[in-house]
Amino acid sequence: MDYQFHWRPVIQALPDLLKASLVTLEVSLIAMALGLMFGLVLYFCRASSLRLLRGFGSTWVEIARNTPSLFQIFVFYWGLGEFGIFLSSFTAVVAALTFNCAGYMAETYRGGFNAVPAGQDKAARTLGMTKLQSLRYVVLPQVLRAIYGPMTNQFTWVILASSLGMLAGLRELSGETQYFNSRTFRTFEFFAATAVIYYLIAKIALILMRLLGRPLFRAERARP
Amino acid sequence: MTQVFTTLQWSDLWFLLEGAWKTIQISVVSILIGTLLGMVFGWLMSLKNRALTFGVMAVLDVFRSVPLLIQLILFDSFIAIAGFPMPAFWSGTIVLIIYTASLVAVVVQSGIEAVPVGLRNAARCLGLSYWQEMRHVTAPVGLRTAFPSWLGVALATIKDSALVSAIGYVELLRASQILNTRTQESVKIMLIVGLIYFAISYPLSRMGARYEQRQKS
Repeated sequence: MDYQFHWRPVIQALPDLLKASLVTLEVSLIAMALGLMFGLVLYFCRASSLRLLRGFGSTWVEIARNTPSLFQIFVFYWGLGEFGIFLSSFTAVVAALTFNCAGYMAETYRGGFNAVPAGQDKAARTLGMTKLQSLRYVVLPQVLRAIYGPMTNQFTWVILASSLGMLAGLRELSGETQYFNSRTFRTFEFFAATAVIYYLIAKIALILMRLLGRPLFRAERARP
Repeated sequence: MTQVFTTLQWSDLWFLLEGAWKTIQISVVSILIGTLLGMVFGWLMSLKNRALTFGVMAVLDVFRSVPLLIQLILFDSFIAIAGFPMPAFWSGTIVLIIYTASLVAVVVQSGIEAVPVGLRNAARCLGLSYWQEMRHVTAPVGLRTAFPSWLGVALATIKDSALVSAIGYVELLRASQILNTRTQESVKIMLIVGLIYFAISYPLSRMGARYEQRQKS
């Protein structure tokens, strides 16, 4: 092995890489937040009595879950151009990850709603709550508690999947790494540093989500 | 006007199907070897040895916390540095195998832990050796509970095999990009590629859902 490792370019580029990690976080947070919302909407679509809504929800969920996420990013980035819709790399990646997340979260929500006994909603309605009130004050809080764990995993997944943005020209952490790589040809060094940064981001995100979850769901845990 | 781009032809469909076949090859090899490796790791983690469990878990956790794309590029550049050039099929598949194994290990571990301790102890009391108990009690019971999650991992591997295109292996997604560059008919090509992926993945995910429903009832 006569390869000389050169870490200096990596150290010089470190501030830029860290700045690019903020883009990674931005993409992941937006996609996750939108995915959570659309996922809930998709769940209600699939639980609806209207056939059209059910079909729409199921189609979205099945496509999102049964095609590669990289393929989905390509569709949003290049495929939509044929219809005159030109998204920036940022929008395309966020849209694709949202599309994917919503599909997975819809299934997670289903598990969460199934975990709440049907009697709870009925009891709330009997007490005079409207359908919306029962959902807001009785059912949804319990659903959110049930899906918090899977949601944390999904968030980690989104952070890691946002690296695919590199292949759609997005200058997030991976894209920025690729940019520096093409200028210095220090592929191994740069991507090794990026791997470490991703690992740290994923771990910090996981710890933060755990810390955040503790006060949020404390009341339920105290119950015997 | 001279034609710069040639239109989509029937032979191009064949080209895509060839790519799909390579996607299936990568996936099958990765899932098979990855599952075997993952079972070993999962078993190691289920042993009552804190240090071993922690060590295996920490190492496998790295593979689950770094994007697969970065792992692929890193490994690809590493073998170039270390002087073991190998075809993109293998460098891609090796990364995918380890990634799959790291996911399967968790599934197998929780499968083994789902087997009631009393059941395992009872088997030992009846005179079964450790391996007999493993083979006839823990494996059938644990694998049955682990099966749906394992199928989820297998599906993820099939879809993640698309990332191998990033290091230059011409599988389904890469084949579609090549066609796209030549024909500029991205919508048709993407539709076909999406359908092929869907046709591979959907039956498996249906199977998993049905299996889970049957377990419940």
